[in-house]
Amino acid sequence: MNAIINFASNLIRGVSSNKDVFKFNGGVHPQDHKAESTTLPIAQLAMPEKLTLPLRQHVGYIPKVLVQVGDSVLKGQMLAEPEGTVSAAIHAPTSGTITAISEQVIPHPSGLPDMCITLTPDGKDTWMQLQPTDWRNTDKKALVDSLRSSGIVGLGGATFPTHIKLRTNGKSNVHTLVINAAECEPYITCDDMLMRERSDQVIKGIEIVQHLLGAEKCIIGIEDNKPLAASAMTTACANKAMQVKVVPTLYPSGDARRLIHLLLDIEIPNDKRSTDVGIQVFNIATVLAVYRYFEFGEPAINRIVTMTGNVVKPQNFEVLFGTPLQSLIAAAGGAKADTTHYIMGGPMMGFDLPNEQVPITKAANCIIAAAPDLFVAPPPAMPCIRCARCADACPVNLQPQELYWFSKSDNFEKARDYNLFDCIECGCCTYVCPSDIPLVQYYRYAKSEIIALDKAKEAADLARERNDFRLARIEREKSERVQKHAERAQAGKAEAKPAETSAMEATKEQHSAKQETATNVETATSAPTDKQAAIAAAIARAKAQKLATANAAESPTDNVAATEIAKTPEVEAAELKAKQDKQALIAAAIERAKAQKLAAAQAGLAPKNVENVSAAVQAEINETDALREKVKLATENKKSE
Amino acid sequence: MNRSPYITDAPTVSAIMLKVLLALVPGIIAYTWIYGGGILVSLTIATTTALAAEALLLKIRKRPIKPYLMDMSAVVTAWLLALALPPLAPWWLVVVGTFFAIVIAKQLYGGLGYNPFNPAMVGYAVLLISFPLIMTKWPAPLLLAEHPLSFMDQLNFIFSHVLPNDIKVDAITSATPLDYLKTQLMLKHEVASITEAPIFGQFGAKGGEIVTGAYLLGGLYLIQQRIISWHLPTAFLAALAAISFTFYAINPAHYANPLFHLMSGASMLCAFFIITDPVSGPTTPRGKLYFAAGVGVLTYLIRVYGGYPDGVAFAVLLMNMCVPLIDALTQPRVFGHKK
Repeated sequence: MNAIINFASNLIRGVSSNKDVFKFNGGVHPQDHKAESTTLPIAQLAMPEKLTLPLRQHVGYIPKVLVQVGDSVLKGQMLAEPEGTVSAAIHAPTSGTITAISEQVIPHPSGLPDMCITLTPDGKDTWMQLQPTDWRNTDKKALVDSLRSSGIVGLGGATFPTHIKLRTNGKSNVHTLVINAAECEPYITCDDMLMRERSDQVIKGIEIVQHLLGAEKCIIGIEDNKPLAASAMTTACANKAMQVKVVPTLYPSGDARRLIHLLLDIEIPNDKRSTDVGIQVFNIATVLAVYRYFEFGEPAINRIVTMTGNVVKPQNFEVLFGTPLQSLIAAAGGAKADTTHYIMGGPMMGFDLPNEQVPITKAANCIIAAAPDLFVAPPPAMPCIRCARCADACPVNLQPQELYWFSKSDNFEKARDYNLFDCIECGCCTYVCPSDIPLVQYYRYAKSEIIALDKAKEAADLARERNDFRLARIEREKSERVQKHAERAQAGKAEAKPAETSAMEATKEQHSAKQETATNVETATSAPTDKQAAIAAAIARAKAQKLATANAAESPTDNVAATEIAKTPEVEAAELKAKQDKQALIAAAIERAKAQKLAAAQAGLAPKNVENVSAAVQAEINETDALREKVKLATENKKSE
Repeated sequence: MNRSPYITDAPTVSAIMLKVLLALVPGIIAYTWIYGGGILVSLTIATTTALAAEALLLKIRKRPIKPYLMDMSAVVTAWLLALALPPLAPWWLVVVGTFFAIVIAKQLYGGLGYNPFNPAMVGYAVLLISFPLIMTKWPAPLLLAEHPLSFMDQLNFIFSHVLPNDIKVDAITSATPLDYLKTQLMLKHEVASITEAPIFGQFGAKGGEIVTGAYLLGGLYLIQQRIISWHLPTAFLAALAAISFTFYAINPAHYANPLFHLMSGASMLCAFFIITDPVSGPTTPRGKLYFAAGVGVLTYLIRVYGGYPDGVAFAVLLMNMCVPLIDALTQPRVFGHKK
């Protein structure tokens, strides 16, 4: 059925299927605005006065700072080492002095400050001792391990630490390396220029990565709006085990899963990684960084950044990490007068930068100076008319109009059912929406809400588990105590007390204790899940982790036992005496209560001892009275009927 | 703040609606040619009523009036209803139908984007049930009329229900071919002899089939402009053709041929302009096929077995009810999910 529809769709749209590439659903064709920044070659940026290096420039754990304020460092020296598996190092982009380790505003959608190392360059730009690696004659594992301290992360924008993508644990099943050079977002040209100018180095980098992965095949995917880059790459990779494939310009073909589908006609299952089917994807700039690391020993200290949009001279620059944005703006001839703010990334998925002082980080592939006429503010959103243009444009084949509806109404379960988490936030839906609804915003909101709810639920589950366990413990202690009391009472009966009183007392006490237990049982069963099952499950689950808790739960009982053992005969006698007195008192009280009850029964249901009660108790009594009246009335009515 | 994407490229809602109106123009021209200028009066009355009702309700509902009036969706509803009504329908009929469509079927459900039923078809159904006599009497096309009415005559008739020279209303109106066919079949006549009556044309109604052809033209323009998807009209027309062909093949004496059904009544208007209302229709490609096919089959069944001459309005409303279910059951496979 779907095949027929697709076939018919293609016929009607007049799409000729290129046999070499395999189209995915939807996608959009925004104006690419790439020509502006490709007229000039990649330029080196002058050394800024200060470099601010955020510790969090990658996906994963924050690295551990190795330097202190006042330390002199050399170019390429490690300033922070990776901590944990998924983490990346930070290196000094130039030689100089560490002048601060403090919170600074970083380029992040949140606009919040984060820990940064500030380095004041000494102007000498002195390299540390660099150690090139003969990668062909070195053990692969050692190579990947050394890459861990290279600071290299995915430079396409994902910033995932590169060494993790190359870990093979000796049994790599990756057969195909896909090099992502699609660069599908408008305005961004850093990869385009890199391929034009440094294709030879890129190819060497690909060879290294291919070698590390053991991938016999390599496909380099380039969109057809970069003919110069494609031809440079084709020339450079002649006679190599790699192939350049030109794909039609269609946003978001640079998304890894979409690109794999385009190039290889393979859909990565939604719950799997590409490596599960033997494919690994690398951004082209990352590959170059890997080459420079092994060939020259240079760690990740700079990248190529496109500075474009509303600036006088849009251009690509090789920028040291930590360089303040304003240096980059100045190098591009300055921003035009009507510039309002700056966007990091492309216009489809980028975000607003908080100010012009933020540093360039590993994720910064492009900075766009924004102006009102460049990015027209959308008119107020109209209602969704269900035209489904968004569904036609969605590269994941989702139903954005349904996701919007569910997200808007906080119907998060439904949103999840409709595969909200498959959404890649590419923005195609918003791009084509006639009602100008900021759809992606709704999805971001719903995703964050769901994640927060999941976390809260997890915490609640844990708390309930603990509570169930606690209730079970209290109940057990209670029943133990009841048993002890009963035993004691039995013993007491043999001694001083008249037989029937003592027996009655024992029964009374047992009864009251039972009532107490019953109350507890009630509390426990009022928990949402079946108590018994929950307790069993809780105990089973918690056994390993909560051994300590269990011990703690046992200890009070132990203490009681110990106290009892330690009791001297005198104390015991005194206690017995006290207990007997108490029992006598209780017996008297019970007799009194009985008499009162009788009196009450005779005198109607008037409550006693109500002179000195608190307001709350009085209210309770009134309520009970009202209830009684009601019941009485009801009974009477029933009778009369 | 992450508020990307910063760029968009989409026609506005009003641009979409304007193109729909533009696509109706060939049909209106043909209509005017065949039945006279009265339809232009009806369209004007309907448009005015729709905009006034929309503005009134937006005001009551405390919604911004200008953007919602400018979206032109009310005008589309008005035009579709006016075109579905018999030519020379009295002014109050147009007003009542349009008012009901806008106020009850659209605004009371929440306005643009929230109406579960096609407003024009709700208006039409209300009129059909309330005023069946007026709704089933169609004037003969000008070229067939014994007493062709001038534009002024038509105008006069619409507002005062008076015809010149003491002509009786019955003299200028008759049943539609669909209606006529049904009543004649009940009198045990055969299709072949029935369709020899002068009101029948090459395929459907004499004259009416030209208007139908013009709707088809406008519809193709909408597909070409990608305002509507091909799924809906194709599935509707295919289903209508298939079911009418099946019955026709079984007993051609009792059932009209597929072409008659395709070119009669509101078939083409329905295929390209009515079931393509996005708000009350399904959104998934497969859902569109099922929905439109359902309308096609129901239209035929109501035409042949139902009590009303044309089945489009009720077929559409019945299928509108199924839309949430259709959408839920026809979710396309998401990228990377199991086939």
